[in-house]
Amino acid sequence: MTEQAKKPKKQTRLHEIWVQLKRNKLAVVSMFVLIALVLVAILAPVLAPYYYDEQNVANKYAPPSAEHLLGTDKLGRDILSRLIYGTRASLTMGIVAVLIGGLIGILIGAISGYYGNWVDNLMMRLLDIYQAIPMFLLCVALAAILGASLRNAIIALGLGIVPGYARIMRASVMTVRETEYIESAKSINCGVFRIITKHIIPNAIGPMIVQLTMGVGSCILSGAALSYIGLGVQPPTPEWGSMISEARAVMRQYPTHAIYPGICIMIAVLACNLLGDGLRDALDPRLKN
Amino acid sequence: MLKYIGKRLLMLIPTMLGIALVVLIIIDLTPGDPARVLLGTNATEEQVEELREELGLNKPFLVRYWEFVKNVCQGNFGSSIMTQRPVFSEMLMRFRYTLVLVVFGTIFSTILGIPIGIYAANHTHTWKDSLAIFLSLICVSMPSFWFALLMIRFFGVKLQWLPISGIEDWKGWILPCVAMALGLMALIARQMRSDMLEVLRQDYITTARSKGLSERKVVYRHALKNAIIPVIMVIGGVFGSSLGGSLITEVIFSIPGLGQYIMTGLNNRDYPVIQSGILIISTLFAIIILIVDVVFALVDPRIRSQYTRRKKNKGGKSDDGTGKEAKKANATA
Repeated sequence: MTEQAKKPKKQTRLHEIWVQLKRNKLAVVSMFVLIALVLVAILAPVLAPYYYDEQNVANKYAPPSAEHLLGTDKLGRDILSRLIYGTRASLTMGIVAVLIGGLIGILIGAISGYYGNWVDNLMMRLLDIYQAIPMFLLCVALAAILGASLRNAIIALGLGIVPGYARIMRASVMTVRETEYIESAKSINCGVFRIITKHIIPNAIGPMIVQLTMGVGSCILSGAALSYIGLGVQPPTPEWGSMISEARAVMRQYPTHAIYPGICIMIAVLACNLLGDGLRDALDPRLKN
Repeated sequence: MLKYIGKRLLMLIPTMLGIALVVLIIIDLTPGDPARVLLGTNATEEQVEELREELGLNKPFLVRYWEFVKNVCQGNFGSSIMTQRPVFSEMLMRFRYTLVLVVFGTIFSTILGIPIGIYAANHTHTWKDSLAIFLSLICVSMPSFWFALLMIRFFGVKLQWLPISGIEDWKGWILPCVAMALGLMALIARQMRSDMLEVLRQDYITTARSKGLSERKVVYRHALKNAIIPVIMVIGGVFGSSLGGSLITEVIFSIPGLGQYIMTGLNNRDYPVIQSGILIISTLFAIIILIVDVVFALVDPRIRSQYTRRKKNKGGKSDDGTGKEAKKANATA
């Protein structure tokens, strides 16, 4: 019974959001761009004409040609292939970091918003202290101390973004907490864990989704910055940020080597931001007709 | 009001204690033995033990924490392992570089961002608005270090108008400041636009218009005054978080500021530099946020009354809003 009652409702909600989102052409395009990027990351071995580490020193710094559409780098590696493989590291960094940060943030926010009082006060003061360290500085310090690698960069980024998500979640939980259905759940002796996970989080998650989408973009940016200063993905694994860093030495002669990965970062981040903007409008009940 | 300021100043103490704790925990995360990492694999066991003794690494965590806090309270921030120079005076020397970068970056972004935001808000549903929004989105989505490199290539190498690195004269500052300002400018423009749109919908704007005031007067006299307050809050957050964000700009343009000092410290695993450096920058950050809050509590009657009301209810709640703004700015810096 409950399963049946639940299912169509969920579908309509998703459908509603989709109908709203479809009006925003830019958001829809961005969504497809993001899906395409994920596919590129998954299908990299199929799509890339060469393996990312295939060297041909005799053919270094080759100009764009039929064999190497975007030319080759200092070791004669195909730049296009490296860009395609680089999608993997960059997207992983953005998505996994946001998942880590979002999960911890949602839990902290939900607990602190649900219990209120001293629990809330304590958690918010702790977050205040945590946030007193500038976020990028914290990420750089964490990544450097843990040791430069993709995994550690992701952990650093994930831990850096927790407070922001916790605060947003807390704010939206506090509004949901006062509703009748939570009261009714409490009145039938529903457990706290069940109330938080089954009732509060699904209803309060709207504003979070927007922030999570945009968060992927900003984590891709910060991740690229970490890789640029040598604290992220280590060579020879390609990543957009570290590709810019590698191209820096030959900026004078071959500026395009730095331009391509930058454009890739920009497209990915822009798509996240536009989709986030679109979702915000789609989820905003005030804009619903 | 004084009570509020006093309370916020007192809050700095637990904040600093907390930062010190977080920093020590981060350093404790070092995989393996820090002394061993520092000396390399060739060092003998005695040398490692000696260094451990010197750094106090063989003491329990809480003892180390207590000693760090005690030393800081006595004004002793420790000395760099690499250069043997005291961390505090070294940072003081470098502070002006970061300060110039952050101040001018914020000023640039403000004087460009606010007019763009106002302009976009007053031309909604036209291509002008879309263009402004799209351009600012691109600026937000662009890696600032990448744009900095492109600017170096264009203005420094190709046109040779500006030096490519170093800050011998004022010309050297232009590119770093612009690189700092770009993303922040877009952030400010977006905030300005959305606040302006919010305010333009209010009844008092309709009243002002119906009185027959010129559009110019409506926008600049009536709307701007009300719309600009959240924007200035954001600018405060931007200013503070640039302290951390300046790190990458300093690395690119080889500016010997605080960020580069910490970066060198991190690369060398120079623990006193990391500990005290992060503590000092974070304290500066907290002080800037505090100053912004207090100034706005003084300037804006709405916020002032909010603070007095909140002060009666719950003490700590007032800083939540700014924390969020700061985080927002943080994320993009």
